Amino acid sequence: MKILVMIKQVPDTATQVKIGPDGKAIDTAGITWIVSPYDEYALEEGLRIKEKRGQGEVVAVALGPDRVKEALRSCLAMGADRAIHLNDPAWERADTLMTARALAAAIKQEAPALALFGRQAIDDDMGAVGAAVAELLGWPCASWIMEESVDEAGKAIRVGRQVEGGLELFDLPLPAVVSAQKGLNEPRYPTLKGIMGAKKKEIKDVKAADLGLTAEAPALSVIKLETLPPRPPGRIIQGEAADAAKELVRALREDAKAI
Amino acid sequence: MNVELTDEQKMIQAVARDFAEKEVRPIAEVIDREARFPRETVRRMGELGLMGIAVAEAWGGSGGDTVGYAVALEEVSRACASHGAIMSVNNSLYCDPIAKFGSEEQRRRFLTPFAAGHKLGCFSLTEPEAGSDATNQSTLARRDGDAYVLDGRKIFVTNGREAAAALVFAQTDRAKGPRGISAFLVEKGTPGFTVVKTEDKLGIRASDTAEFLFEGCRVPASARLGEEGQGFKIAMMAIDGGRIGVAAQAVGIAAAAYEAALGYARERKSFGVPIGRHQMVQWMLADMATAIEAARLLTLRAASLKDGAEPFGPQAAMAKLFASEMAMRVTTDAVQVHGGYGFIKEYQVERHFRDAKITQIYEGTSQIQKLVIARHLLSGAAAGS
Ligand SMILES: Cc1cc2nc3c(=O)[nH]c(=O)nc-3n(C[C@H](O)[C@H](O)[C@H](O)COP(=O)(O)OP(=O)(O)OC[C@H]3O[C@@H](n4cnc5c(N)ncnc54)[C@H](O)[C@@H]3O)c2cc1C
Repeated sequence: MKILVMIKQVPDTATQVKIGPDGKAIDTAGITWIVSPYDEYALEEGLRIKEKRGQGEVVAVALGPDRVKEALRSCLAMGADRAIHLNDPAWERADTLMTARALAAAIKQEAPALALFGRQAIDDDMGAVGAAVAELLGWPCASWIMEESVDEAGKAIRVGRQVEGGLELFDLPLPAVVSAQKGLNEPRYPTLKGIMGAKKKEIKDVKAADLGLTAEAPALSVIKLETLPPRPPGRIIQGEAADAAKELVRALREDAKAI
Repeated sequence: MNVELTDEQKMIQAVARDFAEKEVRPIAEVIDREARFPRETVRRMGELGLMGIAVAEAWGGSGGDTVGYAVALEEVSRACASHGAIMSVNNSLYCDPIAKFGSEEQRRRFLTPFAAGHKLGCFSLTEPEAGSDATNQSTLARRDGDAYVLDGRKIFVTNGREAAAALVFAQTDRAKGPRGISAFLVEKGTPGFTVVKTEDKLGIRASDTAEFLFEGCRVPASARLGEEGQGFKIAMMAIDGGRIGVAAQAVGIAAAAYEAALGYARERKSFGVPIGRHQMVQWMLADMATAIEAARLLTLRAASLKDGAEPFGPQAAMAKLFASEMAMRVTTDAVQVHGGYGFIKEYQVERHFRDAKITQIYEGTSQIQKLVIARHLLSGAAAGS
């Protein structure tokens, strides 16, 4: 069973984001890049499906500039068999739809049984690409899954989604698109052997033309990025505990209107 | 000279940091207090490939290099110096010499499961009367047909109680002095080989430090590592590499103490301002950061010389000397930045301060490093460098 896992390289969660000079993009200087955490759940699940079935192939796919190779290499170190890098200046300003078109075309070429995504990338938090790809491919799609099992024949997948007060189960015929929610699994660390072996695995470079795509303008454009206003300082209520508690209740009720 | 890590080395560093932060740091305080050997996390280090980093994959290792080993060891030691000691002995003092001097059969039995982290190894050179003067071995290995019989006492063996096998040094020919020392691979459970004691220590308390007694302990001649009389050379080569590990451990301990001090300097207030605004505190922080950076570079330089198969002994001694003295100074200052709280166990700098001390002692005291360095300088081998 062939599984494609779409991953995005994003700034490390600890990054202090700075807005770039044009006011429309973040300043990427000095950023540490990581694989978006939800995509790691997707990759881990792909590896587990393969391991459970005792055969198959897990391919990591990413769209982005040269630096994205590093993220793909860490997927290879975790255990992906090979990687595909959609790397073309034509995608430099790719929005959600362009990204989905490119990924859908790559998925079509590879014809996997399953396309795994993270529920959203933690940089712009759009959470639209997985579903858009499913739509473009005409494949069934289940988002934010918490558990899954592929049937023995590799013809269908049962997924569980957390909903208010319970778990919702779906059966999807394969091929299908699913996106991973936190809690699906605990991603493994790459082993040192995996790291050393990653260099020997293939990262295939793919251009827009290779997918039969022509240049298009993004449908979505960023108008402006703004930093959040600085958080007002906290307030420490002085005095005896009983009095302070009274004052806290009053402040929550009257000043903050929180209770 | 290239001072950038390769992609692989960066990934190894990231994995080691992630693992150490999530799984090792949370237990560091309690295993130190209870002097408890951390079996579970040591097993996990084995699974990740941290116990035989520079050993070839064919022999159970990770197929990495010494630089990768040094960066990983720094990260692990930053979370817990005891884990660092356990890891460094298995990698440098046990696996490395067996990879270098072992026969096929010895590597299969004494290297593969140890590099893969299924079993733990130890290195047993020191005796009650043979520490800095390691040539003064009184443990005897008497040839008897196709076997050797070991008699003697060995002390201060890191991993000694937990290990499945020991690399043991003994005199096979006392008349030849250092050239009469040989190395043996002895499995636990061999009759006549007992662990008689575990030490209660100032620092690296979760690593185990044991005493061995050999009484008529018979090992087959095939247990000898290398040639008869080659033992001291094997020990010194292992320790040359081991010193890179101790240097990396010292850098990790110092980095942990410095980070704690930096955080504290931002938060603690005196005279109405964070103490980090006082110039004398800034001075300490600046000195700490600079010294750590210098020690790290010396360590990686020695490691990269080793990887390039160039002579690295003197550089390893310099790195070990500088890094361990630095760690003692930095951890002392980190306690100072914390004031009275630094003296209290609840604040982790106290542990870093106690852990730093061992790096000035084992694998050659600071005085012995100076001896090694000066001998090299005066021998003429260093001319022009
Ligand atoms: C926690 C711990 C773990 C250890 N782990 C191991 C291990 O796994 N395997 C192992 O074999 N050993 C191990 N050791 C032993 C360690 O390597 C020795 O303790 C160390 O080499 C010093 O030897 P010594 O204790 O006999 O001190 P001594 O040699 O007696 O030294 C005492 C003092 O004299 C100084 N001195 C000695 N000779 C000279 C000289 N020529 N010039 C100037 N100064 C000198 C020393 O620097 C030191 O300050 C460990 C020790 C400890 C405490």
